[in-house]
Amino acid sequence: MEGMSVRLISGRTTVQGRNLDSKLTDEYFEEVAVCKMNGNDMEKSGVAPDEHVKVTTPYGAVVVKAEKDDGNPEGLIFIPMGPWANAVVSGNTHGSGMPSFKGIDATIEKTGEPVLRVKELMHTYMG
Amino acid sequence: MAAELLIRNGVVYDPINGVKGEKKDIFIRDGKIVESVSNPKVIDAEGRVIMPGGVDIHAHVAGGKVNSGRLMRPEDGRKGIEPKTKVCRVQSGYSVPNTFATGYRYARMGYTFVMEAAMPPLAARHTHEEMIDIPILDNAAMPLIDNNWMTLEYIKSGNTDLLAAYIAWMIKATKGYGVKVVNPGGTEAWAWGKNCNLHDTVPYFDVTPAEIVKGLAEATEKFEMPHSIHVHTNMLGHPGNFEVTTDTYDLVKGIKPYRDRPAMHATHTQFHAYGGTTWKDFESQATHITDYVNANDHVSIDIGSIVLGDTTTMTADGPMEYDLYQITGRKWTNCDVELETGSGITPFLYSGKSPVNTIQWAIGQELALLIKDPWKVALTTDHPNAGPFIGYPIIISMLMSKKRRDELAEDVHKVIFDRTVLPSIDREYDLYEIAIITRGMTAKTLGLAEHGKGHLGVGADADLAIYDMTPEERDAGKIQKAFLNTKYTIKAGEIVVKDGEVVAAPPGKTIFVTPECEQSLMDEMLVTLKDKFDKYYSVTFNNYPVQDAYLPNPYEIKAPMRG
Amino acid sequence: MAEITDVVCSLCGCVCDDIVVEVEDNKVTKVKRGACSVGKSKLLGHERIKTPMLRENGELKEVSYDEAIKKAAEILYKSRRPLLYGWSSTVCEADRVGVELAEDLGGVVDNTASVCHGPSVLAIQDVGLPSCTLGEIKNRADLIIYWGANPAAAHANHMKRYSYVSKGFWTAEGKKNKKLVVVDVRQTMTSKMADVFLQIEQGKDYQIFSALRAILRGHGDVVPDNVGGIAKEQLLEVADMVKEAKFGITFFGMGVTHTGARHNNIVNAIQFTRAAHLFGKWSIMPMRGHYNVTGFNQVCCWQTGFPFSVDLTRGYPWYNPGETSSTDLLARGDCDSALIIASDPGAHFPGAALRHLAKIPVIQIDPFANPTTEFADVIIPSTISGIESPGGVYRMDNIPLRLRKILDTDYYIPDEEIVERIMEEVRALRAKEGE
Repeated sequence: MEGMSVRLISGRTTVQGRNLDSKLTDEYFEEVAVCKMNGNDMEKSGVAPDEHVKVTTPYGAVVVKAEKDDGNPEGLIFIPMGPWANAVVSGNTHGSGMPSFKGIDATIEKTGEPVLRVKELMHTYMG
Repeated sequence: MAAELLIRNGVVYDPINGVKGEKKDIFIRDGKIVESVSNPKVIDAEGRVIMPGGVDIHAHVAGGKVNSGRLMRPEDGRKGIEPKTKVCRVQSGYSVPNTFATGYRYARMGYTFVMEAAMPPLAARHTHEEMIDIPILDNAAMPLIDNNWMTLEYIKSGNTDLLAAYIAWMIKATKGYGVKVVNPGGTEAWAWGKNCNLHDTVPYFDVTPAEIVKGLAEATEKFEMPHSIHVHTNMLGHPGNFEVTTDTYDLVKGIKPYRDRPAMHATHTQFHAYGGTTWKDFESQATHITDYVNANDHVSIDIGSIVLGDTTTMTADGPMEYDLYQITGRKWTNCDVELETGSGITPFLYSGKSPVNTIQWAIGQELALLIKDPWKVALTTDHPNAGPFIGYPIIISMLMSKKRRDELAEDVHKVIFDRTVLPSIDREYDLYEIAIITRGMTAKTLGLAEHGKGHLGVGADADLAIYDMTPEERDAGKIQKAFLNTKYTIKAGEIVVKDGEVVAAPPGKTIFVTPECEQSLMDEMLVTLKDKFDKYYSVTFNNYPVQDAYLPNPYEIKAPMRG
Repeated sequence: MAEITDVVCSLCGCVCDDIVVEVEDNKVTKVKRGACSVGKSKLLGHERIKTPMLRENGELKEVSYDEAIKKAAEILYKSRRPLLYGWSSTVCEADRVGVELAEDLGGVVDNTASVCHGPSVLAIQDVGLPSCTLGEIKNRADLIIYWGANPAAAHANHMKRYSYVSKGFWTAEGKKNKKLVVVDVRQTMTSKMADVFLQIEQGKDYQIFSALRAILRGHGDVVPDNVGGIAKEQLLEVADMVKEAKFGITFFGMGVTHTGARHNNIVNAIQFTRAAHLFGKWSIMPMRGHYNVTGFNQVCCWQTGFPFSVDLTRGYPWYNPGETSSTDLLARGDCDSALIIASDPGAHFPGAALRHLAKIPVIQIDPFANPTTEFADVIIPSTISGIESPGGVYRMDNIPLRLRKILDTDYYIPDEEIVERIMEEVRALRAKEGE
C-alpha cells in the first residue's frame, strides 16, 4: 500500500444521526463522506481541508473529503459510520458476529479522484 | 371446537365443592360448566382422575427479569428445544422456557391459570406483552408495591388512607392483581448496596420492613381485594431466618381481612424456614413454621419446594441474589428500578450431594407434610427459583408416597437424617389433598373461585384436567408420569391437550383488579405522586399506565372500598 | 392547531417521552420542547418513499401494496434460507410478527444489535450485567463514566435527562456534586465536558479495564507505568474516584463493542464494575443506539429463547453468533434472499456483506429511501412509527414505553400489517401447493 500509514475508526456524529432517515441528501453526504484527521497528519500527507484522500485498507479503497480535527491524535483517522467507512472495513467477525469497524490499518494519500455519491457507491457492489 | 362436551366415567376431585373422588359426569357448554347438555361430543374418561385446571399461585413466567434470565442463559435455552408443529410455535428452555413452551408445558400438566409472581410496576408493559404470548393459560400479575418511595413515605407518616389510594392507583395503572411485597425496605436499601432485616430502618426513608408489611396489609384490606398481601419476607435464604419469618406473620395478626381468607399469603416458605447460624450448622426449621401455621389462621403459605438440578434464580430481592452470586461465583445480573424495586438473577445448582441443598430439598416437603390443613398450603417451586414448574409432578409423587421419599433419602446427603425430620414423617397426601394444594386452595386464596377458577361447579370456567391414572394408583413413578402429561386438558371448554400433546393453543385472558378509591383521597395522593414523576421518575405520568392495547383479552374484577 | 404533550421519540435509545409538539393540517409544525436536534428532525419530517415499487430490468415501477406484498411473499416462499433483518426502528408489534414469519418460512431472524451491541449480549451471557434503570442514575449517581461513547453526538439528551447534568432526589444540584470521566481515543464534545478525560490508544480498552481492576482489588503493584497510553498516576487517580463514589455508573458504546477484543472488552468492563462494587454501588449500561433495538432483542428472546441471530431454518431455534449473524451469513453467501425492515445494511454493513446482498433478491420495508434501497427489488413504504402509528418499544435500560400516533395517514400501512400480510400470502402459497 502506498501513502501514509494510519489507523481508521468509524463512529456516530450528530449531523450523521440527524440524517438517519435522509441518507440521500447533500447534508448527509457532506457530513459522512469525510475523513477527519489531525492537522499534522494532513500536513505530512500534503492534503489541505476539503481536498480528497484515498483511504486504502486490505479490504478496499474509498475516496473521501479530508477535514481537519485536532481532537484526533496523530495517526488516527475517523470516518463517520456509513457507506464510505464500510467500503474499507473488514467483514471478518472472527467468530464473534461483529465485523471490524474500528482499529483498521489503513494508508491515506491525496487524490484527485471524485468522491462517489451514495447511489454510485452502492453500485460498486453490483459487479 | 364442539360447543357442548360431556365427560363421563371420570373420578372427580373438586375440593371447593367438596367432591372427593366421586364418579361424576361433567357437562360443558360454551366454555362453562353447566347442568346438562343435549348434543355433546363425548369423552369417556374410563375411570381416570379428573381435577379442575391447575391454578398456580406463584411463578416467575413473564417480564423483565424472566427475559433477562433467558437472555443471559442460552445454555438453558438449548435444553428443551422442540421444533414447531402445525399447532405449536418453537419451544426452548428448561428453567427459563420461552413463552410458548411455558403455556404448552403447563397445559400438558393440566394447569390452566398462572399468577406471575412479581411485576416491577415501571416495566408492567413488559409483563403484559409476554403474557400475551403465553398460549392457553389465563393469567394475572402482582405489582411490587413495597419498596416504592410513595409507600415508604406514607408508612413513615402513618397515612393508611393515602397509602390505600396509592395502592389503588398502582394496581389500576399496572393492570395488576394485588399487592406484592418482596424483601420490604431491603430492596430500596440495595439501591445503595445495603440490605435490611425486619426491624432495621431503611436508609433515608426511616421506616422498618415490619412497619411496611403491617401498613400495606392495613391499606390493602381497606378494599374488597380478592387476595391478601403476598409476601416474600426479609432475610430470604439466610441460615437462622426462621424467626424473622414468623415475626413477620405476627404483624398481621390483628388485621381483619375483607373476606374468608388469610391477611397474608407468605410465599416460597422453604427459603424462609432456615435454622442454624451459618451454612456449617445449617438445619431445617420447618417445624417452627408449621407449628405456627397449624396454630394460626391468618397466614397461608406456598412451599417453594426444591427440584434437584440446575435452575435460574430470579427475585426482586436484589441483595440476596448478590449474596448468592458471591457464594457461587456464577454469572449475575442486577436491575434496580427507580423509585420502586429491583431484581437479581443468577443460575444455581441444587445438588443431592450437597448437605445444604439436601436440607433445603427436605424443607419444602416437610412444610407440606406437617401442616395439618391442606387449605393453608399451596404447591409451588417459586419457579424457577427452587426449580422449574415442570418439576411439580416430582413433588406430587413425593408427597403421595412415603416409599418414594425413603428411596430418595438414600440418594441424597445423609445429613437429611440429622438436620431434618422428613425421614420420620409417614403421612401421604391423597388425591383430594393434592387437588386442594394445586387448585382448590390456590383459587380460593387468590379470590378466583367466584370468578370461575379452581372448581367444577355449575358456572365455573370449563377448565379441567383428565390425568392418565386411576385413583388406586400407588406407584410414585406412574403418578409422576400422569401429572406430567394429561390424557386431556380442557380450557374454556376446548380440548387443548390430548394424549399428552398440545392440539389447540387458543390465547388466554388476563385477569386484573380495579380497586375503587374515594376520589378526594385519590386526588390528594396524586398531587404527591405527580410531583415524583416531575422530579424523580425518568418517564412522564401520562406515559406510565399500561394501555389497553396490552390486554387483548381482559377480565376485570372490581374492588370497591369497604363500607 | 393542536398541542400534543407526552410525545415519545422514535429515534435513539434514550426514548425521551416528554416531547411537546404543535400539529396543524396533519403536519408537525413545531417541536416546542423535549426533543434534541436529531429527534426534532425526525418529528418535522423527511422526504419519504411515495408508493410501493418493484424493480424490473433495473428500473423502478410503481405498484399497489397488494402487488408488492404478493411479490415479497413469492420471493420469501421460494427462498431456502431467507434472512429477515433489521427490526430496530419499528415497534414490538412488528417484531413479534417478524419472528413468527421467520419461523413460518424457516429463515434467519436478526437485528441491528448484530453490528452494534451484539458483543454486549455475548458478554452478558458470560458474566451477567449489574445494572439499573435510567432514573436510578438520575437520582443517585455521583460518578459517571462514558467509555467509548459520545452521547453529545449520539444520544444528545442523555446527560440532561439521565446522568451528568440531570437533577434528581439525591442529586438536586445537578453537575455540582458529580464527577464525569470520559474514556475515548479522540477528543469529542463529550470529552470536553469531563472532569477527567482518558485519551487512550485505540484498541487498548481491555488493558485499561484490567489495570483498573487490579488497582481496585489491591494489586496495583502489577500495573506498569503506562497502560494503553495512560500514565499509571492517572489510573490511580481514577481508581480513587471510583473508591470514593457512592453510586457509580459506566455507560459504554461502540468504542468498546467494535474494537479488537469485542465482547471480551465488555466482560472486562463488567468485571471492572464488580470490582468497583466492593467500594460503593456500581452499575453498567450499554448505550443502545436505536429506539427499539432493545425491544427486538426482548421479543426475540421471549419468543425463541435467544435474543438475536436466530436461525429457524431447521424448524427450531439455533443460536450461534459468528455463524448465524447477518454479516457472517452474507459474507459467506449463506442466504438466498433478504427482507430488510426498519434498518439500513446498505449504509452500515461492511462491503464484504454487501457484495452478496447485491446478488440476492431483497425486499425493503421502510418509510424512507436509503442506501439499501439501491439493492431492493421490492420496496414497501410503511408508516412512521411514533408519528403515524403507535406501538411498544423498549428504552436502552429495558423500560417499555408506548409510542403515540400524532398524525393521520390514509395511505401508508404500518410495519406490522405489512409483515402480517406477507405472512398470509406465504401461507396461501403453501396451501395452494398442498404442503
